Amino acid sequence: MNGIHDMGGMDGFGKVAPEPDEPPFHAAWEGRVLALNRVMPVTGEWNIDVGRYWIETLPPDVYLTSSYYRKWHVRLERLCLARGLITAAELASGHAAGAAKPVKQVVHAAKADGLLVRKNYARPATAPARFAVGQSVRTRNMHPVSHTRLPRFARGHTGTIERIQGCHVFPDAIVAEGVERPEWLYTVTFDGRELWGPEADPTLSVSIEAFEPYLEPA
Amino acid sequence: MQLRVRALETVLTEKGYVDPAALDRIVEAYETRIGPHIGAAVVARAWADPGFKNALLADATKAIATLRLQQKVGDHLIAVENTPATHNMIVCTLCSCYPWDVLGLPPVWYKSTPYRSRTVKEPRAVLADFGVTLPAATKIRVWDSTAETRFIVVPARPPNTEGWSEERLATLVTRDSMIGTGLAKEASEFSAGGDA
Repeated sequence: MNGIHDMGGMDGFGKVAPEPDEPPFHAAWEGRVLALNRVMPVTGEWNIDVGRYWIETLPPDVYLTSSYYRKWHVRLERLCLARGLITAAELASGHAAGAAKPVKQVVHAAKADGLLVRKNYARPATAPARFAVGQSVRTRNMHPVSHTRLPRFARGHTGTIERIQGCHVFPDAIVAEGVERPEWLYTVTFDGRELWGPEADPTLSVSIEAFEPYLEPA
Repeated sequence: MQLRVRALETVLTEKGYVDPAALDRIVEAYETRIGPHIGAAVVARAWADPGFKNALLADATKAIATLRLQQKVGDHLIAVENTPATHNMIVCTLCSCYPWDVLGLPPVWYKSTPYRSRTVKEPRAVLADFGVTLPAATKIRVWDSTAETRFIVVPARPPNTEGWSEERLATLVTRDSMIGTGLAKEASEFSAGGDA
């Protein structure tokens, strides 16, 4: 979707403000939100891509005015409600009132360390890769209303295949159809002037990680 | 937010979806065990051992596994090397993808709208916000983390550090130097207390 989350190349947000000696969390609740968001997908009710989509679909004003962990919290509330894991009345009272929905798995403390290592999203290929390293490709001009990982700034531009990353779970398909439908994943590199015009920094090049359906031969 | 988060955690716990002790372990890990010291140790090894550096640049996940670190590192990690000719920077324009396994939690600025919006378009201006100026001829290479691949920058080794131990080298490797918004510290900035 052409959402507020897709902000590569936007102007007007001001300077980057590094914080000296930044703590891991700025309040205790941030840690709880992080951990809740780590354990809840294990119930099997959603995966990482669906979780991202539910942040992208927050109202733009909420997105822009909420801290990172507040966004994670609101997303989690909304997903738990939408999947029927909890009710609005339970959330309002702060206590369970009815029976739990049966879920695939619950993470107990002894297994929690397993969530600290990133999962593998590679899948066996079902077809050979369409593109080769060094090949010139053009990103599609596409504007799906559902989830995609092709950022707007990189649509309809010509770049070069720099790396082939293997076949990976296709985020667009997981969110729109609930299936992994793995696709080849490539690092595609663009000259800065291709993306931003002749006035752009001539020393700049930018890559994205692009799934095969985002690309066509140039 | 404290009360609102507690309400959600309580409901999820009472319904049996969540073990609060599992949450404790995850929070504790990010507060105490998983942080940029992991990436700094990897970079220090790469500086000290050219064979390891080559392996790291070829397949970072595989190379780091040989170090037998206390904390495992996930798949699809890619290391890119900063040189006088090319300066790499990592960003996630769409959300906040970050190499958590080797750098810990992303800082607030990495997840902020200014960093996410500007880095792919005007990286030199972003570097200026960090007090970093690069030669005009240096190529800037920005990696937008739009899939489940993750990136870590191997900063250039500072001069006058020949013969240093890996432990000492690691104290020069800052978190920002592994994202590409900073450079490694100078040899003269070494302090025995260290700060990765």
